[in-house]
Amino acid sequence: MKLKKKIPLIDQHNKSGFWGGKFGGSYIPETLKKPVEDLTNLFEKLRNDKKFLKERDYYFKNYIGSPTSFIKLQNLTNHLKGAQIWAKMVSEANGGAHKIYGATVHCLLAKRAGKKYIVGDTGAGYAGKMLSMAAKKFGLKCKIFMGAKDIKRQRPNVIAMKKNGAEIVPVYSGSQTLVDAVSECMRYWVSNCDTTHMCVGSTVGPNIFVKICGWSTAQISKELKLQVKSEFKKIPKKIKLINCVGGGSSAYGFWSEFIDYNKKQVELIGVEAGGPEGSKLHAAPLSRGAKIGILHGAASYVCQSSEGQINETESISAGLDYPGVSPMHCFLKDTKRAKYVSATDEEALKAYVLIKKFEKINPSLEPSHAFSEAIKIAPKLSKDTIIIVNSCGDAKKDKDILKAKLGK
Amino acid sequence: MSLINQAFKKTKKENRPALLTYTVAGDNNKKKSLEILNSISRYADICEIGFPHNTPIADGGQIQSSAYRALKNGLKIKDVFSLVKNFKKISKNKPVILMGYYNMIYQYGDDNFIKICNKVGVDGLIVVDLPYPENKFFAKKCKKKNICFIQLISPTTSKKRMKKIIQDSHDMVYYISMLSTTGGKLKVSPNKIIDRYLKIKNINKSKNIVIGFGITDKTIYSLKKADGIVVGSALCKEISKSLEKRQNPVTNVTKIVKKLREKIS
Repeated sequence: MKLKKKIPLIDQHNKSGFWGGKFGGSYIPETLKKPVEDLTNLFEKLRNDKKFLKERDYYFKNYIGSPTSFIKLQNLTNHLKGAQIWAKMVSEANGGAHKIYGATVHCLLAKRAGKKYIVGDTGAGYAGKMLSMAAKKFGLKCKIFMGAKDIKRQRPNVIAMKKNGAEIVPVYSGSQTLVDAVSECMRYWVSNCDTTHMCVGSTVGPNIFVKICGWSTAQISKELKLQVKSEFKKIPKKIKLINCVGGGSSAYGFWSEFIDYNKKQVELIGVEAGGPEGSKLHAAPLSRGAKIGILHGAASYVCQSSEGQINETESISAGLDYPGVSPMHCFLKDTKRAKYVSATDEEALKAYVLIKKFEKINPSLEPSHAFSEAIKIAPKLSKDTIIIVNSCGDAKKDKDILKAKLGK
Repeated sequence: MSLINQAFKKTKKENRPALLTYTVAGDNNKKKSLEILNSISRYADICEIGFPHNTPIADGGQIQSSAYRALKNGLKIKDVFSLVKNFKKISKNKPVILMGYYNMIYQYGDDNFIKICNKVGVDGLIVVDLPYPENKFFAKKCKKKNICFIQLISPTTSKKRMKKIIQDSHDMVYYISMLSTTGGKLKVSPNKIIDRYLKIKNINKSKNIVIGFGITDKTIYSLKKADGIVVGSALCKEISKSLEKRQNPVTNVTKIVKKLREKIS
């Protein structure tokens, strides 16, 4: 199993859609074969269509607000007395998180496909909020599937979705979180694929959805590469790119331009949700040694029983609370290009508190997992080491949880 | 000749479609699901048995409820195999088709799974999320062990693709009646379904092609021209209803299967 250079990771799969020969694929019911094939053809055509790319870039700039800023966290750096800590403020994007990239591209695709309806899943509510925003912008009717447990804990985003005119379908099956929302959304698409476009909220699902999402979030690292070069005059000798990993869409987008670099120069660190301290439940298939399994149309490392039933997961962060992970991250793990660790709920909260104390940024619980790792390793590293954390979401949506946990 | 082929031969002689039932292994518990199978097999020609998965992407509410019920009662894959084995002890010649999702087979190991299927007397396999042509290799392995791998065709399947699927299929092909998960409300008229069905049938008349998804005792009669008709969600729903009313699901489900059979006889 080997990574290729100069080919985007989204394209490094074989004919059947597998990365490294075993991750990904398209395990879908027969009914979805045709719509998936149509979408694949449309996407492959449009990604080489200059007019479409111009349109995408126009909306990325004028609607999403690219580029998002790249800032040094000077106070935190001074406090930790080690590596320099920087942040890519993806949370500045319209709507407050990276999910807007995939949502916008999916709406543009749906328009080109002549579909009037768009459906999507959501965990933290960001994917749903952004899809509902973009759907409104592009005149599509929107339905969002969301686990009943998540509806309760991510109320601010639920309100936002409703304001955007989306219908929210609560999902009561299973653990009532993201995994069930994705299943229900796929079931809905099976029944309505003739009129409806489906947006998968992360780099998971059948091969084509992994690709479209990764292609969209790759914008983050395109910007970052330019910003790093302009800040340091070149790519510094020791960089660590730290990103939280649930499905893995923001991490892929944050890393894609840097995968070809030697890992001694640019280290990629993914931080999964370790769940509450002492709990057996987590959402960390890569760092806690889960086996390969098939979930939502793709093979990846999956939290599951020995029989292949999908395990319940637990994390304070709804956006990371998913038992599977992108096949591309499985490939990056097995080729040892990226390293994956986990942070517990408590560690993420502690990181959030520390960030708030020293800096004027407000990272959501998802990137707080990534900050936790940065805070952990920074003091041990030299001052010329550059740690960059993708602050990929804003904590507004977490206000209820933060209030309950921190009392403010 | 395989038991599946024999079943179709018999029903063709009787000038009626084969009745295929679908129930979930372990619903509502291990003992009851065997009793249900033993009882309905008097009227059913082929018994499909679902091996339940907790993340089913193509099943509607009724089958989901059955699957969750079975899993909650601790059903394991070994129990599915013993269910088939025990059923076959009584009904040696009744064809059994297992139906489920690929992850469970994958975890068990393809070869191992097929081997045990063959040992306990499984006649056919339907794997919902292992479509053509990716399933070719797996299908070949099944055939080697005398297990019929059942290909699916849906209203979205192109004619070109259909021809290939049918060409590579074994004793039976499953036509999905409409764009829906299992047990959806029939949103296409039965006449239209039959029209489409006959077009598929014309590709190769010697293949046994069954229709499933959304069929109840209200619609089964109008689909009589098919080689076989599958009823699943309606039976799962009856189990749920019986439990709610504290009635015996065995009697109630059997009543429905008997009625279904009468409608097409």
